[in-house]
Amino acid sequence: MIEQRKLRVATVSLAGCFGCHMSFLDIDEHLFELLERIEFDRSPLTDIKHCGPCDIGLVEGGVCNAENVHVLREFRANCRTLVALGACAINGGLPAQRNHLDIGACLDEVYRSRPGLARAQVPNDPELPLLLDKVHPIHEVVRVDYFLPGCPPSGEAIWKFLSDLVNGRTPRVTGPLLHFD
Amino acid sequence: MSGTFLLDGQPVPFEPGQTILEAARAAGRYIPHLCWHPDFPPHGSCKLCIVKVAGRHVSGCAMPAKEGWEVESDTPEMNGERRALLQMLFVEGNHFCPSCEKSGDCQLQALAYDLEMLTPRFDHFFPDRPVDASHPEVLLDFNRCIYCELCVRASRDKDGKSVFALTNRGIHKHLVVNAESGRLADTDFAADDMAANICPVGVILHKRVGFAVAIGERTYDRAPIHEVAMRPEAASDD
Ligand code: SF4
Ligand code: SF4
Ligand code: FES
Repeated sequence: MIEQRKLRVATVSLAGCFGCHMSFLDIDEHLFELLERIEFDRSPLTDIKHCGPCDIGLVEGGVCNAENVHVLREFRANCRTLVALGACAINGGLPAQRNHLDIGACLDEVYRSRPGLARAQVPNDPELPLLLDKVHPIHEVVRVDYFLPGCPPSGEAIWKFLSDLVNGRTPRVTGPLLHFD
Repeated sequence: MSGTFLLDGQPVPFEPGQTILEAARAAGRYIPHLCWHPDFPPHGSCKLCIVKVAGRHVSGCAMPAKEGWEVESDTPEMNGERRALLQMLFVEGNHFCPSCEKSGDCQLQALAYDLEMLTPRFDHFFPDRPVDASHPEVLLDFNRCIYCELCVRASRDKDGKSVFALTNRGIHKHLVVNAESGRLADTDFAADDMAANICPVGVILHKRVGFAVAIGERTYDRAPIHEVAMRPEAASDD
């Protein structure tokens, strides 16, 4: 039998908490099975800084700043199949709870008007990406192929989803595996 | 006139005046619904009960059954329409299930699970809807209101209080509290009112019990809504 080419998988956490990545690691010993079929490209697990051509891109977190937009576009440009992984990528999640507030007022509240701040000022180091006025789900910025809800999706759900995808089936997560919380 | 119609190809008997949804339920057949409640006349606002009859879409909760009708309900087409309606309800409000006390007990969420809604699909509105925590026993989180008017109807028709009302039209429609101040604390609302216990989503929440039952062990964590909704006691609680 000819050995199959390994699928290249990139993962990233944008405006997320890395909870979805932690849950990904919760697939435990299935990781060995998975690693027979995939190899990682850009990911917090490899520390590769830019995404090359990939078969699957897993995106955790929504889009809250300019850098998130660039990274997300890089993923879309390079990944044949792009997946919104978890609540924040799908609907903005917790970070989006600031969306009804004025961003200037938010920064002011946090960095300037709280009592006890010495030389209070809004951080403006050029290395810091500029915040967007609203946090967006990733489908509002790029086309997304599949969505896997959950905060985070359980290891079981992630395993079901990925094993479908890797084996050429349409990924389907239903019943007790489908959760928004 | 009583008779029989076909629901997804299976015969369903009906009594005079029964709607499609009522007759289906009596025959043990589930048609999704959100704003319908057995103690009230049909409201016809959510359209989750949408079915197809002779090529037309009608509300199953409001349309009286007719002899010989062929009604389509659990079909890819009708469930697709329902999914789109759910998606619109989700993006119109602020539904962050992970931080919602109602998660797992919420009918909107449970229907989204049942109909495999995986994405909000549309752009979010992210509206600004301040909460009302003034009442000692009940919190109002307007972010999640779907305007089913069950609280309005329960308060007016059962509790005899008219604590709630909908105001404005279209995209500006919203739920208000009938008090000069607009605050729930300034009404005669009580925690054992029917209106305090009827909201299908996470707007009208009793204080201090939010996480008494852990996430993962709640109503729709244990059984899907198409089963729960058919239990005899189901309709009047969550
Ligand atoms: S009301 Fe229901 S759908 Fe909305 S956030 Fe709460 S659990 Fe989710
Ligand atoms: S508060 Fe609840 S019961 Fe009242 S209209 Fe809104 S969703 Fe319906
Ligand atoms: S249940 Fe029929 S319109 Fe809401």
